[in-house]
Amino acid sequence: MQLLRQTGWMIVRQMRNLMREPIWIALMVIQPLIWLLLYGQLFSRVGALRGGASTYIEFLTPGIVCMNAFFGGSWSGMAMISDLDRHVIDRFLAAPASRFAIILSQVVRAGIIAVIQALILLLLGLALGVRVHGGAAGWFVVFGAAALLAMAFAGFSHGIALLVRKEASMIAAANFVGLPLMFISAILIPPRQMPHWIAELSRFNPVNWGVHAARNAIVAGGDWGPSLGYLGLLVAATAATSLFATWCFRSYQRSI
Amino acid sequence: MDAIVAEELRKRYKDVQAMDGVSFAVREGEVFGLLGPNGAGKSTTVRTLATLTQPDSGRALVAGEDVVRHPNRVRRAIGYVAQDSGVDWEATGRENLMLQGRIHGLGGAPLRLRVEELLELVGLRDAADRIARGYSGGMKRRLDIAIGLVHRPRVLFLDEPTTGLDPEARAAMWVEVERLAAQESLTILLTTHYLEEADRLAERVAIVSRGKVVVEGTPTELKANLRGELVTVELGDVNGRVDEAADVVRTIDGATEVAADGRLVRARVPNGAQAIPGILSTLDGRGFQVASVTTARPSLDDVYLHYTGRDFATEDAAS
Repeated sequence: MQLLRQTGWMIVRQMRNLMREPIWIALMVIQPLIWLLLYGQLFSRVGALRGGASTYIEFLTPGIVCMNAFFGGSWSGMAMISDLDRHVIDRFLAAPASRFAIILSQVVRAGIIAVIQALILLLLGLALGVRVHGGAAGWFVVFGAAALLAMAFAGFSHGIALLVRKEASMIAAANFVGLPLMFISAILIPPRQMPHWIAELSRFNPVNWGVHAARNAIVAGGDWGPSLGYLGLLVAATAATSLFATWCFRSYQRSI
Repeated sequence: MDAIVAEELRKRYKDVQAMDGVSFAVREGEVFGLLGPNGAGKSTTVRTLATLTQPDSGRALVAGEDVVRHPNRVRRAIGYVAQDSGVDWEATGRENLMLQGRIHGLGGAPLRLRVEELLELVGLRDAADRIARGYSGGMKRRLDIAIGLVHRPRVLFLDEPTTGLDPEARAAMWVEVERLAAQESLTILLTTHYLEEADRLAERVAIVSRGKVVVEGTPTELKANLRGELVTVELGDVNGRVDEAADVVRTIDGATEVAADGRLVRARVPNGAQAIPGILSTLDGRGFQVASVTTARPSLDDVYLHYTGRDFATEDAAS
């Protein structure tokens, strides 16, 4: 109970602080739209990339939802760096704040933002002619995939933040992990168009788990079994990375 | 019962022995000062007592609980005001306080009232709903203290509460700490590298140097233990004979630690008022003109020098 209450109040703190940053809000809304419009145009003439969707933009929309979610999650550890720098974390740790609640609040915050961005992307997609073939269940699966991807990577990102504790190292780590994962994924092209070894590798890429679930929900609809399986894997990944980040508090406390 | 007991605490970071057997005890309800230059190990000691840092060895009890074995019990009993402000810059003063209260499991009307009371206590009522980013250094510091007090702790740690404040804000902070010590039945452990701060605020002090407590006692006791007062004689015209003047002073009964410096001759004597006539007549008899004589009771500066063999200001600046 205490854990959930603390988590809840810490989420309130983070969301409230973010809502006070007009530039951050503007970028959070505009950036995914730029991805969708830019990539949508860039690859729109390559018919082979549609992977069964009626238009490339329909194929791309779930990919961009997921890309956005996992980038958001990967970078979310910056908030931890700023809290460490301002000694807010020390203040929590010297009080009976649960370390897991501190992590969980950041992880859930990343998930909430990813869902908001997924909603914005889907609405733009609808305006561009995308249909969610999975209906209401499809919407939920897309939101679920976005939230879980963001959360799984947020756990990882916060663990790294507690280990490196410096902005520059954090940026390097996020890029080191984020960009390769994006290119060995089906975000931009269907696995059929990838070199065989990349397609094989991509099956172990958590980003892809989300992409497959979300794409099935938008492009195909129905046959939810595999999608739920992918979401289950992402739940497990979220749990694993959140526990990893909580464990990383030890490293931080050894350093102070 | 002692509110804080530290026994032989040791902690090593890579190549620095931050605590090298720190031991002291703080009585319930007292204001205790850990005094030492920067880098002496004060902050590490406080962070260990506040459960943030694990000692390599040694034992510490805060409010009767072991900091390593029952950190959460200790955390419920303490307020920790770190050297660096822990204020959330993007939140208002009131939001900072409410969140801290909620972390301690408070809520509802009792928390709102407590927050109101604290805002009043630290003089932030008018700024309560402003974003803390715009607060001055002194205001952030006062908010930090209020954050540390929200759950009515039994022990409050103030790590360098006035470092980085301008003289005016520092004086205001002293008044604040004195008021806290009087109002809430609170044990306060404060660290400082300002001698005058320890002298003014702390009922007892422990002088920390290079990871160890070198002496512990009330400021008055520590100064009294030095026995004697410092007499400074300013000579009118020395013509290079200042060392000779120092030798003359050395012949006087009870004068120790005699030193010459420019036109000044300093000496420690058991009693300044009794020694001065003798010093003056002896110097006069040897043809020295005396421009002025002053006596001073020993300061904590002298105490520091006496117990560590090092000058406080030099040590502080060097680190």
